[in-house]
Amino acid sequence: MQISEAWLREYVNPAITTEQLVEQLTMAGLEVDSVTPAAAVFSGVVVGKVLAMEQHPDADRLRVCQVAVGEAEPLQIVCGASNVRVGLRIPAALIGAVLPGDFKIKKSKLRGVESYGMLCSEKELGLAADANGLMELAADAPVGVDIRDYLSLNDNIIEVDLTPNRADCLSVEGIAREVAVLNKMDWSATQVETAAVSHADTLSVSVKATDACPRYLGRLIKGVNPKAETPLWMQERLRRSGVRSLSAVVDVTNYVLIELGQPLHAFDAAKLTGSITVRYAQTDENVALLNGQTIKLDNETLVIADDKQALALAGVMGGSESAVSDDTQDVFLECAFFTPLSIAGKARNYGLHTDSSHRFERGVDPTLQERAIERATQLIIDIAGGSVGAITEVTTASTLPQRAAVLLRKQRLEKTLGIALADEQVIDIFQRLGMSVQTQPDSWSVTPPGCRFDIAIEADLIEEIARIVGYNNLPNSSLLMRSELGKAGEAILELDRAKDLLVDHGYQEAITYSFVGEDIQQAIAPDDAVVRLKNPISADLSVMRTTLWCGLLKAALHNTNRQQNRVRFFETGLSFVNKDGNTQQQKMLSGLALGSAYSEQWGSATRKVDFFDVKADVQALFSLTGADVQFVPAKHPALHPGQTAEILSQQGEKIGWLGMLHPTLEKQLGFDTQVFLFELDQDLLLNKQIPKFKPLSKYPSVRRDIALIVKEEIAATEIINCIKGCAEPTLQDIVIFDIYRGKGVEEGSKSVALSLIIQDFSQTLTDSEIDAIFSRLLETLTTKISAKLRD
Amino acid sequence: MSATLEEILAQALHQLRDAQDLNQLDLVRVHYLGKKGLFTLQMKELGALDPEQRRAAGQVINQAKDQFQEQLETKKDLLENAALEARLASEGIDVTLPGRGQAVAGLHPVTTTLRRISKIFAGVGFQVVEGPEIEDDYHNFEALNIPAHHPARAMHDTFYFDAHTVLRTHTSPVQIRVMESEKPPLKVIAPGRVYRCDSDITHTPMFHQVEGFLVDTDVSFADLKGVVYEFLRAFFEKDIQVRFRPSYFPFTEPSAEVDIECVMCNGQGCRVCSHTGWLEVMGCGMIHPEVFKAVNIDSEIYSGFAFGMGVERLAMLRYGINDLRLFFENDLKFLEQFK
Repeated sequence: MQISEAWLREYVNPAITTEQLVEQLTMAGLEVDSVTPAAAVFSGVVVGKVLAMEQHPDADRLRVCQVAVGEAEPLQIVCGASNVRVGLRIPAALIGAVLPGDFKIKKSKLRGVESYGMLCSEKELGLAADANGLMELAADAPVGVDIRDYLSLNDNIIEVDLTPNRADCLSVEGIAREVAVLNKMDWSATQVETAAVSHADTLSVSVKATDACPRYLGRLIKGVNPKAETPLWMQERLRRSGVRSLSAVVDVTNYVLIELGQPLHAFDAAKLTGSITVRYAQTDENVALLNGQTIKLDNETLVIADDKQALALAGVMGGSESAVSDDTQDVFLECAFFTPLSIAGKARNYGLHTDSSHRFERGVDPTLQERAIERATQLIIDIAGGSVGAITEVTTASTLPQRAAVLLRKQRLEKTLGIALADEQVIDIFQRLGMSVQTQPDSWSVTPPGCRFDIAIEADLIEEIARIVGYNNLPNSSLLMRSELGKAGEAILELDRAKDLLVDHGYQEAITYSFVGEDIQQAIAPDDAVVRLKNPISADLSVMRTTLWCGLLKAALHNTNRQQNRVRFFETGLSFVNKDGNTQQQKMLSGLALGSAYSEQWGSATRKVDFFDVKADVQALFSLTGADVQFVPAKHPALHPGQTAEILSQQGEKIGWLGMLHPTLEKQLGFDTQVFLFELDQDLLLNKQIPKFKPLSKYPSVRRDIALIVKEEIAATEIINCIKGCAEPTLQDIVIFDIYRGKGVEEGSKSVALSLIIQDFSQTLTDSEIDAIFSRLLETLTTKISAKLRD
Repeated sequence: MSATLEEILAQALHQLRDAQDLNQLDLVRVHYLGKKGLFTLQMKELGALDPEQRRAAGQVINQAKDQFQEQLETKKDLLENAALEARLASEGIDVTLPGRGQAVAGLHPVTTTLRRISKIFAGVGFQVVEGPEIEDDYHNFEALNIPAHHPARAMHDTFYFDAHTVLRTHTSPVQIRVMESEKPPLKVIAPGRVYRCDSDITHTPMFHQVEGFLVDTDVSFADLKGVVYEFLRAFFEKDIQVRFRPSYFPFTEPSAEVDIECVMCNGQGCRVCSHTGWLEVMGCGMIHPEVFKAVNIDSEIYSGFAFGMGVERLAMLRYGINDLRLFFENDLKFLEQFK
């Protein structure tokens, strides 16, 4: 909502600067977005009158004018505008004037004729973007008066960003009321006189949708002058309110909308057939709108119709067929109250948003219609003449919003704000806000005015008091609350710890969008059922990710495309998988690594990161909880079939995946190096056992190394599990320290070197006892996995 | 015999002097003091003498031996020192060369900011709670007093899955979820991702918010002001100017918008604060009775406040980041600045 400061100050003019006024509005909840001068900076321009005019001797298009500017002698000014004529009053820039753009007016010669100034257009004064010729001033414009004073150009346009609850401030009067309250000043609304009825014609109005339209006022004004010009003062006020001047009648309806906050609509009475009906549209009924659009309606949309067709989208926009035009002489003026619920969302459904719908869906004062139609009548008659018919009014009292009294308890007010306010102050604030107050023991019964749709409960009244007193004048209290001991859960590892570990291992945290392109999602996880957005912002942000890899891969590409040849990322967040119609939102922790294992450094050869580098990082995460997990060879559509492990908990729960991006995808996505990925279920990863103490042995431990020859397909974990399966009570630890293939080991087999740590709790083990343990282990290894001791 | 001993000693001392390193020195030691060493042989020969002579001769030999041994030790110290010096000289390195190993990376600035916010509130007993990002219409709107055609819905450009399922537009639904399942007193911080169907230079379709709320008996607007004020000063580590402006949120009443003095220009007015000297940093208010009603909390007994803030906005102000979109491009050159 943008308004002219000068207009506002006609209602209430506190002795404060523009800056203070703006600050006051902002601090009262009417946030001022901007303050801009109503006109560009210029000086030295006065109202001039063309006294005489003759053709320039040497230029067809120039005239030599004698212009009265309020001085003893008229000035000779050469002018090229086509509309210059004797008797015309225009803005005249004198010698020494400075026009917008720092354009200085000097005495000059135009084709040999001296010129002592310049006659100006609206464009030259910075009042319009374009102009056809000189700006024509009213016939009574006082010659010699500074044009800035004459047009009240020393004004500011104040743009207020109103919250949806403050529909009452969507007018100059509404904001004037607020300013008056804040400054404890009196103000009065524009005086409106009832127009004398001068013809007997009326249009009959029937309201079918009384729930949506509790009040409808209509009036015929006949014989208006279609050529009437909107007076300059009104054009200027409209311009400063951000409204373009169109024609006198339309300008008046817009003017009243801004002045009082009541939307009106003017129909060309000649284009109406029969009577006016306010009803819901029939399904698929069409209406051609003022903006040139024709829309198909549903049966919940309110329309204004005549006997033939729907004419207008009620409270939103008029129709093109019944609109006033350049030759309209008879006007049917509509001034109605439509309930917020009947208009809310309608404009948006049809992709529309108008000043009218904006106000109706937030709430127009239901008591305002008579005053508004009289005000518009008065202005139309003043500007364009015409004869006035009687008002046709259809009001359904039962559906009109009633303002119920709201109770405010003194004790509640004090408790909520943390301060006791004087009764007189509270009552004064309410009364200035136009509310009626009845004082009761320990409480007030407050009835809000028609324009306030936002006062329904006690808390609303408390807010009004707080707002007018000023939030910053209310106390701050230090937090005096029940305190309790902090929690220190140990059964779940904090995610922050896992993140810190990855950071310490060189992984940079990334945050990527939760929605991704369907193409990459499909490429990475073709088997997952996706959840699709109905209104995505673009195709590459259209489905919810089922794996965080989509975003990480794109983030990695962003960097490899920018000369980064080593990328390590991790991300935490939700993945969204559709399972049997339900979306599972699962917390994941995912990572990516590509490029060299270590950033380039001196003294050690650079090598590429491999599966086991990343596996070590993943294992480090599990070591935080002490969880014993299995890396099982598996297949994943996004990963290299020979370098993929599914990670399982001891109970067999699927914790996640680790592997190399499939070479086909690597190429398809545009990588030129191997990419390793992991993804873990946070809940399973962070599950932690509270440590349980085991006593220490006093006896020495013994390390024995053995090398086993096994078939190539025997995985390392199989050997370890086989040894563990023997349940030797003295076996403490097993470490694989070498894998060997080649000379001495037959093709298709490998040698796995292990070291076993053995320790007993009750004695020092003898060589023969250790030998016995080893021969038992070997026997099992031979039977179960055909392992042989390497010679 | 004496002459021979003298000769041996003289030769031994000469050899000590000539020894170049500890190996040579050890050979000399063995040559004279070893099992078959020359001094050892001398001692063995004493056995052939009568006891009187044996004692006298023994003393002479021992003296010579002692003398040799003393010189040997001195020489040994000398050579050991020389060897150490040589080793130290040869082992010198350029300590200015960089260290090797895995470099430490960093957290995303949004995470760092969230952690600081959580830490400040955890200190006074706030609990961190998370909620789903795909939300139903009820928790995201209805229960927060935003019915279907409320104009406030226009302020939320909502991503829809179907008529009843949305990507949450704010973290406020967590407030509802917590109040549905737990009884007051409640002190909760709910950080997380939120989504709005809006993308331009100052909007990304996903961003982060932190919702905070407190419900107890006797919670007042003054408590809200106090908490917000103290939080902002803790967050910016500065005795910053804070102001509260009336505003509107359907789920709070009274509602306020909180401005801080512009941290870029110290309130003098600059491009960042649109020359107002103030920056809007959060919305807050007293929890609306309708919200309490939706979760069956008696607003006659309990009252509470709630606040919500944009994490990227706070991070931008804290670190002077000038482009919101950088947060989600994940350019290492950007991320690496926030260790």
